[in-house]
Amino acid sequence: MSTVSVTPPRQQAGALVDDVVRRFGDRVVLDHLYLTIADEELVVLLGPSGCGKTTLLRLMAGLDGPDGGTVEVPARRAIVFQGDRLLPWQRALRNVTLGLHGPDAEQRARDALAEVGLAGRERAWPKELSGGEAQRVALARALVSHPELVLLDEPFAALDAITRRRMHNLVRTLRRQHHAAMLLVTHDVDEAIALADRIVVMSQGRIDTSRPVTLSAADREASVSREDLRAALLADLGLADQH
Amino acid sequence: MTEISPSPAVSEAYSPATDAPAPAPVLTPTTGAPAPARAREVFVAAGARRTSAFTRWRRRLSWPLGIYTTPVAILIIWEILAEAGVLGPTYAPAPTAIARTAAQLWHQGVLGPDLAISLRRAAIGLALGLSIGIVTGVIGGLLSSGEHLFNGIVQIFNTIPILAILPVMIVWFGIDELTKVLIIAFGAFVPMYLNLFAAIRGVDQRLVEMAHTTGAGRWRLVTRVIFPGAMPGFLVGLRFSLAYSILGLVAAETVNASSGIGFLITNGQTYLQTTQVFVGLVIYAILGLLADQFVRLLQRVLLQWRPSYEAS
Repeated sequence: MSTVSVTPPRQQAGALVDDVVRRFGDRVVLDHLYLTIADEELVVLLGPSGCGKTTLLRLMAGLDGPDGGTVEVPARRAIVFQGDRLLPWQRALRNVTLGLHGPDAEQRARDALAEVGLAGRERAWPKELSGGEAQRVALARALVSHPELVLLDEPFAALDAITRRRMHNLVRTLRRQHHAAMLLVTHDVDEAIALADRIVVMSQGRIDTSRPVTLSAADREASVSREDLRAALLADLGLADQH
Repeated sequence: MTEISPSPAVSEAYSPATDAPAPAPVLTPTTGAPAPARAREVFVAAGARRTSAFTRWRRRLSWPLGIYTTPVAILIIWEILAEAGVLGPTYAPAPTAIARTAAQLWHQGVLGPDLAISLRRAAIGLALGLSIGIVTGVIGGLLSSGEHLFNGIVQIFNTIPILAILPVMIVWFGIDELTKVLIIAFGAFVPMYLNLFAAIRGVDQRLVEMAHTTGAGRWRLVTRVIFPGAMPGFLVGLRFSLAYSILGLVAAETVNASSGIGFLITNGQTYLQTTQVFVGLVIYAILGLLADQFVRLLQRVLLQWRPSYEAS
């Protein structure tokens, strides 16, 4: 766990990663990295496997501490992991209430499950849920506390293409109701284009490029500017000559 | 079950090369025998499957005795051998004779009080051993200082056979009830501590991390993540504890007992009442069986969340 600094915050909302360094032994995983996320902005962090995406996300979640620089995030934040990480010994509802307190906790959890389309599945054991359903419970567990920052670590990587598209729609719907900043880590360029307000590309421990996405919902599906953006992102990732 | 409809296209495409017969020489097409059929499997609904008479008979039988099949079979063979005179009554009396003797002893007012005394010893010893085992196991599992306090000593205890400490116990605590209860408690404590400690330390770290990120406090973490996660290991410990405490009960009661099931056995041995010895053994066996069934029941109730292998 990282230590909480007493220096006053520099911005009131969103998140700020300033000059952060993270090392594992001799290997520098995050090399003086900067990233800001504005209030209610959805930033997609794109990069190849092993480039330090998850490391950055864990720093922002407060699960690890930086070796240099500062990370400034809202105290009310939630994380959706790569796997669903549901407690197998608790039913869906109790998995969502894990961090909740107060007399209305159960009702809030029911609402959150209904929001992700799982009304009526409150009493299901995790072993009875499909992969997509389990990940939706994990999403409900993250959103139920009304976080100001949601960190998503390749949350849909293990799902099939159809379920993944449904989850993308769900994320877009949820964004309209929850006014939270989001950071979504992925290695899927199409997923990034489908969801992002801004796409940042990470390589060798730094964020090299930042591309705002201003396309309409229809243009994100298919358009010339979408293909241009896709080509640009692939070039950023060093995959240009393969496409 | 589902049915896989044979699809030639798919089977051509996905059949592994090793399954395919070696290609016939191209130059001798006239000698080309038809290729041997490739092994295929077809799954259909259980009701529609053709079954042999033997399978139907076996399914109707469906093991009505469950895990007691073998014990009951042994009892029947034993009874037959005893009735036929192959086994002498002083060596291995017939099960029916043992049951008769048990009934007699009960009516004489010997068996009831002895059983009550043995059960009381076992209950007190178990309560003591399990309490200490659970408290130290939880402290050792949750805190590293607890681990440093308890782990070494319990590991040492674990290597000492329960029968070997009996003489020391007698020297320290005499030959009365205290020694017997402590032996049983010792037998219950060691496996409970070791299993509970290992179970708590073995809880999936990713789930602990997840619980931290949801804002669950330490109390929530322990009650909703760590204790339920350690439950399977706890039940394994409980099973060993019950078995070892019965072992301890036998050991404690065999040495200088003036009452209890152990006394019944020693007494029977002294006067060559083999049947009475067997009555004692049967009671110990039943106690062990009941303890095991109790833990099985707990497992069914407490671990219903767990997907586990069901043998066919």
